Amino acid sequence: MSELNSALEHPTYNYKVVRQFAVMTVVWGIVGMLVGVLIAAQLAWPALNMGVEWLHFGRLRPLHTNAVIFAFGGCALFATSYYIVQRTCQVRLISDGLAAMTFWGWQLVILCAAISLPMGWTSGKEYAELEWPIDLLITVVWVLYAIVFFGTIIKRKVKHIYVANWFLGSFIITVAVLHIMNSMAIPVAATKSYSVYAGTVDAMVQWWYGHNAVGFFLTAGFLGMMYYFVPKQAERPVYSYRLSIVHFWALVAVYIWAGPHHLHYTALPDWAQSLGMVMSLILLAPSWGGMINGMMTLSGAWHKLRTDPILRFLVVSLSFYGMSTFEGPMMSIKTVNALSHYTDWTIGHVHSGALGWVAMISIGCLYHLFPILFGKERMYSISLINTHFWMSTIGTVLYIASMWVNGIMQGLMWRAYNQDGTLTYSFVESVAASYPGYVVRVLGGAIFFAGMLVMAYNVYMTARKDVEAQPAPAAASVA
Amino acid sequence: MASFWSLWVIVLTSLTIILITWILFANRTRDQNTEGNTTGHVYDGIEEYDNPLPSWWFGMFLLTIVFGVGYLVIYPGLGNYQGLLGWSSIEQHDRAVAKADEKYRDMRDRYLAMPIEEIASDPAVRKMGMRMFSNNCAQCHGADGKGAYGFPNLTDDDWIYGGTPEAIKATLVNGRQAAMPAWGSILGDQGIAETTAYVMSLSGRDVDDSLASAGEKHFQTYCAACHQADGTGNQALGAPNLTNGIWLYGGSAEQIAHTLRAGRNGVMPAFKDTLTEDKIHILTAYVYGLNQ
Repeated sequence: MSELNSALEHPTYNYKVVRQFAVMTVVWGIVGMLVGVLIAAQLAWPALNMGVEWLHFGRLRPLHTNAVIFAFGGCALFATSYYIVQRTCQVRLISDGLAAMTFWGWQLVILCAAISLPMGWTSGKEYAELEWPIDLLITVVWVLYAIVFFGTIIKRKVKHIYVANWFLGSFIITVAVLHIMNSMAIPVAATKSYSVYAGTVDAMVQWWYGHNAVGFFLTAGFLGMMYYFVPKQAERPVYSYRLSIVHFWALVAVYIWAGPHHLHYTALPDWAQSLGMVMSLILLAPSWGGMINGMMTLSGAWHKLRTDPILRFLVVSLSFYGMSTFEGPMMSIKTVNALSHYTDWTIGHVHSGALGWVAMISIGCLYHLFPILFGKERMYSISLINTHFWMSTIGTVLYIASMWVNGIMQGLMWRAYNQDGTLTYSFVESVAASYPGYVVRVLGGAIFFAGMLVMAYNVYMTARKDVEAQPAPAAASVA
Repeated sequence: MASFWSLWVIVLTSLTIILITWILFANRTRDQNTEGNTTGHVYDGIEEYDNPLPSWWFGMFLLTIVFGVGYLVIYPGLGNYQGLLGWSSIEQHDRAVAKADEKYRDMRDRYLAMPIEEIASDPAVRKMGMRMFSNNCAQCHGADGKGAYGFPNLTDDDWIYGGTPEAIKATLVNGRQAAMPAWGSILGDQGIAETTAYVMSLSGRDVDDSLASAGEKHFQTYCAACHQADGTGNQALGAPNLTNGIWLYGGSAEQIAHTLRAGRNGVMPAFKDTLTEDKIHILTAYVYGLNQ
């Protein structure tokens, strides 16, 4: 770690913007997950909206999704991509000024979202609720981001471009295209606009965007993270260069087709539904390519899992990634989707990716980064990282298991019918039956959220100049 | 779709599948000797092995591609090509509905041929009706049919559009669109207060007599056309009875004044496109039986 430590004073790299984004990742993680726990509690106990319109589920739900995806996930991606691109290209970011503008611009976007969504100003498009002035701001910030990232790649001192940068580059380009195409709207006021698309076309554009927000923002971007921090933390070479070539090109070529599986058995034409399903199934192997490359990188280093909770975060996040990228193609099969669609299973699936994969890999990478960014040997407390690891894992398992049970139960209740041909259950009966699952979800989410508070404390103590890191605990006490 | 766009879909789909198949095979090597060698690239201390693709992964990838191509041959997917089976989701739906119809038709036809008064007390009909009511009506009228603010109670004897089997069925089939006009601009504040007092007196409540007698004139001019001179209402027009103490939008002075001032436009949706004739027959019997 000592050579990393000296990197703080390394004249070549811009760590300031990385540090800013890394700290805000923790802050927005706490905010976004707190809102998540609140709305999960509202689903179990509706009175918790307290009769205040700004606290209603309909307004806080988009706040939660925007905060965790674009504020928490976005800051994590900015921080790690700026770090990775500098380290693997052996060159400083092309412009400190532009990098700073992306930081302050992105925080402004988040602030606007935090105000406008509770106010009820929304374009009504899922994961793209922000109104047109904020959309324009996002576009500007994103173009600056692309200039900084690709400019740094062009200036690199290393001959080849590292695989992590392929993924990060594809994420930046595709998200720009998705955001602009999906957010095209006709403004009627500063706070209201209408999509230029109508009806089924609007739905298809929305889910082309929606699924690729998952595919490129939450998968390709975070795979870029994985490709740097897993081999770095394990101190092992990446398992297979060939595999990374095949799964990268296949992933970016196929993901873009998968959106129609969100619209099975709707007004979307059959041919589009079929293509969406077929491409989603073909996506299984390219998705797993990333998991294999991450997991197998540990061969010869598995013993490190006993002592290194950061590596545990990374490996368990890859396990959840593998699980949810298996589950996704299965759910895209029409006959499975006929049961799972509109149920809590979908929410469980999303969170096995969001908590298990996206959040846990980000947390692992941040624990690797913070000591470097604050010029310390290691995090203040290794055993608190371990505590956080178990809180995250248990929280995620409780969340997704309760939603599996709820989802399959709802799907079966909705389709059950009697001998006389009438439905066995009314909708509200399925809601009542979901109550225990909703309570378990609140519990799981709260545990995951509390883990973020443990992290914040650990980060704060690591950042303090007057506090020494606690002695590294013996292997046995961590395991 | 136009044949250009159909071709567009076919070409893009085929190119994508060919591209990923090519890249899969182009990076395959049977040479196991590369295992454990690195590529020679080093990035910030990270090296890369040149290990071959795991064979189980290669097989899985190939299998999904073969399945995908097969699916696109059998099912619609490639533009206007309908697939070998000629399957469509609409046809699948119609088949399921036809199958259910065949299974349940005899039973429902039997009930459809029977008068509503007769089947309203049949336990099997009540059970079926209750389940249909839970999924189609309970959202507004409540699981017990006792209604809510703005949604009529179906268990009492007060019917806005009539409580005969024929009237209930007509309500279900075609829906109802209430149209109580807004009188605020015509009557003014004083007129609203006076009419409110008179309307309240109709159900026997103590009111200011001078206000009420002034209100009676307004009532006879503007309200009696629908609600009748004595305020007992008119089911043919959906004008509620104002004398029985049952209030759809609340019976306090404030609520009545608001109804007078701003009007009311309650909507009962039509179910003729949602439920078949035999189901509406059974549902009618259930609703009819709620207050029997």
